[in-house]
Amino acid sequence: MQAELIKRATELMEDGTVNRVLGWQKGQFVYDITPAVFTSVEDLKENFVYNAFCGDNLSKYLRAESEKEGKVLVFLKPCDTYSFNQLLTEYKIHRENVYVIGIECNGKTSGEDLKKKGIEGILDVEENGDELTVRTIYGDEKVSLKDVESYRCATCKSRKHVAYDELIGEDGDILDSHRFDQVEEIEKMSAEERFNFWRGEFSRCIRCNACRNVCPACTCEKCVFDNYDSGLYNKAAENTFEEQCFHIIRAYHVAGRCTDCGECSRVCPEHIPLHLLNRKFIKDYDALYGDFMAGAEVGQMSPVVDFTMDNDAEPSVVQKGGAE
Amino acid sequence: MQRIGVFVCHCGTNIAATVDVKAVAEAARKVPGVVFSTDYQYMCSEAGQDLIKESVKKYNLTNVVICSCSPRMHEKTFRGAVETVDMNPYLLEVANIREQCSWVHKDKAVGTQKAIMLMKAAVAKATLDTPLTPGMLPVTKRALVIGGGIAGMQAALDIAEAGYEVDIVEQKPTIGGKMAQLDKTFPTLDCSSCIVTPKMVDVGQNEKIHIYSYSEIEEVKGYIGNFDVKIRRKARYVDEDKCTGCGLCTEKCPMKNVPNEWNLNLDKRSCVYIPFAQAVPKVATIDPRYCLMLNKGKCGICSKVCGVGAINYKDTDKIVEEKYGAIVAATGFEISDISKYDEYAYAQSPDVVTSLEYERLMSAAGPYGGHLKRPSDGKDPKTIVFVQCVGSREKDSCKGGKEYCSKVCCMYTAKHAILTKDHYPDTDIYVFYIDVRTPGKLFDEFYRRAVEQYGVHYIKGAVGKVTPNKATGKLEVQASDLLLNEQLHIEADMVVLAAAIEPSHTARKLATMLTTPMDTNDFFTEAHAKLRPVESATAGILLAGMCQGPKDIPETVSQASAAAAKAIGILSKDQLVGNPCIAHPDEMMCNGCSQCAGVCPYGAITYVEKEFRMPDRTTKVRRVAQVNEAVCQGCGACTVTCPSGAMDLRGFSNQQIMAEVDALCQ
Repeated sequence: MQAELIKRATELMEDGTVNRVLGWQKGQFVYDITPAVFTSVEDLKENFVYNAFCGDNLSKYLRAESEKEGKVLVFLKPCDTYSFNQLLTEYKIHRENVYVIGIECNGKTSGEDLKKKGIEGILDVEENGDELTVRTIYGDEKVSLKDVESYRCATCKSRKHVAYDELIGEDGDILDSHRFDQVEEIEKMSAEERFNFWRGEFSRCIRCNACRNVCPACTCEKCVFDNYDSGLYNKAAENTFEEQCFHIIRAYHVAGRCTDCGECSRVCPEHIPLHLLNRKFIKDYDALYGDFMAGAEVGQMSPVVDFTMDNDAEPSVVQKGGAE
Repeated sequence: MQRIGVFVCHCGTNIAATVDVKAVAEAARKVPGVVFSTDYQYMCSEAGQDLIKESVKKYNLTNVVICSCSPRMHEKTFRGAVETVDMNPYLLEVANIREQCSWVHKDKAVGTQKAIMLMKAAVAKATLDTPLTPGMLPVTKRALVIGGGIAGMQAALDIAEAGYEVDIVEQKPTIGGKMAQLDKTFPTLDCSSCIVTPKMVDVGQNEKIHIYSYSEIEEVKGYIGNFDVKIRRKARYVDEDKCTGCGLCTEKCPMKNVPNEWNLNLDKRSCVYIPFAQAVPKVATIDPRYCLMLNKGKCGICSKVCGVGAINYKDTDKIVEEKYGAIVAATGFEISDISKYDEYAYAQSPDVVTSLEYERLMSAAGPYGGHLKRPSDGKDPKTIVFVQCVGSREKDSCKGGKEYCSKVCCMYTAKHAILTKDHYPDTDIYVFYIDVRTPGKLFDEFYRRAVEQYGVHYIKGAVGKVTPNKATGKLEVQASDLLLNEQLHIEADMVVLAAAIEPSHTARKLATMLTTPMDTNDFFTEAHAKLRPVESATAGILLAGMCQGPKDIPETVSQASAAAAKAIGILSKDQLVGNPCIAHPDEMMCNGCSQCAGVCPYGAITYVEKEFRMPDRTTKVRRVAQVNEAVCQGCGACTVTCPSGAMDLRGFSNQQIMAEVDALCQ
């Protein structure tokens, strides 16, 4: 697949369709993939990688990239295309400056996911359909991708691309992957259990801001947590801030806009299951307003901020009495 | 540093009985920023207001906090008071320690504690208050009346009387509304047509009034003083200006079996029709559902017989755009669907009718020319059973029942009984009721006449079942008399159902366009149930007639005149004072996501591409929100939607709300 992507990217660069490529490159280790912009064919051939570790969602980087001169080529996996559409909906990407190649995805793994299965000293990885050949310093290991894939890929919502200019590989389907099972388990807890569960999780937070910085929905000019005037800034010093404010406020801010790409949980160095907060919101939206998937279509607003004059629009109703 | 004065009102015993007002004033003195605090028996009285004014001068106060009733009640009063001593009125805050405190607490210690918290929150907000100046808005000196029934006509006439132009938009081909369909009116029994048709003529002939009949409201934009309205003039296929209303086309039209909605489908009319003889405007309309020319391209008789060439088969809907300063909603009512009450056999027998149908059956202009006949066989009914509250005062909503009382049914049923007995004294009349409700001038006397003078059998009880007997042609009515605790079996010729009244089905769509609130029954909600009963919560929208709640004709007419007076109040001004408490975006913070534009119910937010100098001295074109200050109503929906906190509300800034919450949580 990697060779195929490099070939097509080279063609597009050489015929002048794009002048740079947004993709992935190797870090210190093979599983330390980082997003990168390649400005020359040589750079591309030398450093561009695409393998089972390339989980990073590249769509957020288009916010800055699409503002620059010329067209940028980007490779988007199915789940990334949802973020891409959502960013377009919020006018964050200049679509005319982007050439999107949708690429097939069978699920991604990570160095940590492999280590959990006892595979260490990883040198390289080779994907062959569902089978993964991991070269390690101790010799080759063959595993099924299904066994080692990341949790977010095991509960993948869709293998279908919702945006692309061209496609490499096959387009998949929207999946029923039981992604709300874990949410349901938490819903079953008593209020006290639930509070303790989240307090336990959030107490590990070191406020590195990785979740916020990677999140494709977090695109404010200035985050409320960095804004003195927001009235939140002065609460950051409180030791309950992470437990009771930061993540919950963030979840509210991305509610209805979160495409469930799972980047927040992927990048969290403390392994806090942040995606569960967002999934709870998605589940509630589905229950209250009918199935709604942020980013499924460009221009589709979240049901709570969509005030239309259609027949289904309800004027405000003055209700008698208070809450039950 | 602010110098804040806190004034605690006793409101007689309303507040003082449950809140230790002296303790609240005492506590205020300890809050940073407060330099003066006191309590007084009636802060809204002249003496109370003088106390505020003098204290502002004496203590050099920069802000004032009043602990009293809801700001809805007296904020305006107090703002006016401080304005006279040169304080910006928006530097005053009201802490509601009556409705939100003394009235909901019984324990004085708890009430006092809460009052102190509310006071502290108001002081925290006042500390961040900024002086605000309202803008001035121009006024279009023209009114729109939606609905051409008695309410709409009266409102239009009164506004025109004051010298302003008025447009009436009526969805039917003629104005007149439901009142024109009634036979007689209670309690005087004067002929409805005789009093409503002269009004219709007055409206039609008034130079200041323009009638858009057979038209609907398509779109409403704008705000008080400056509404932009699109009116859809439905294709009538007859040129209104040319048509003389001679009626020749209606006589010659071969399609004569069209259900006549004017007579509630009890008889037939022609396809090209004038609803009734006194229609205004007296112009024919072609019903496109039945016209042979429009549907099959054959016929064209009406066009041939028309002497003035008014028929136009190629007519299309037209949109008229007009500007208005005030809008009166007078959309009226409909009879609710009672098809689910199948125990009354309404759908099974033509002799079971609603009261409005009975009204047409008795009317001289009705299907039987005023001779009361049974619809099934045309025989004179000898026994008639009236059932009250069909669908009214009922909680069982699975049948579409209404919880409210339709208000006019008791009286019109008494009227029907009296009229029937008057014309046909040998008729036996039974009225089944839950309660007989007759408050109103000469109303109870009228009902007593039905019982005592005319011998109508009023029975407290319910009709359980109506069974049409095909063999005898009678309706077997099974009912219970609750006072005698007896089962009754009545062989009736007709059953008349007092079906519940409900707001026009167009009201909900209209409420969305007008951004006016409705209650759960789809009646428009007034701005204040007691003190502003003809105004909607949306400025510039006034309410008249049944669209606000069930009422009889005199009440409707008085409300229409009241709404007209309010409309004239708006139109007579050259400029209106705007509301300065409106949203404004911090453009450097706005990230252009457009969520605020999505939630704005007034369409006040637009987006522009604007060039900005960025902190790193580069320039950048960014998409940012802009608020139309004249359209914004200050509801604050955008401020809570904005994830960046870029959108803020003047007078209720995010910081102020946070400060209030912090004060409450301390």
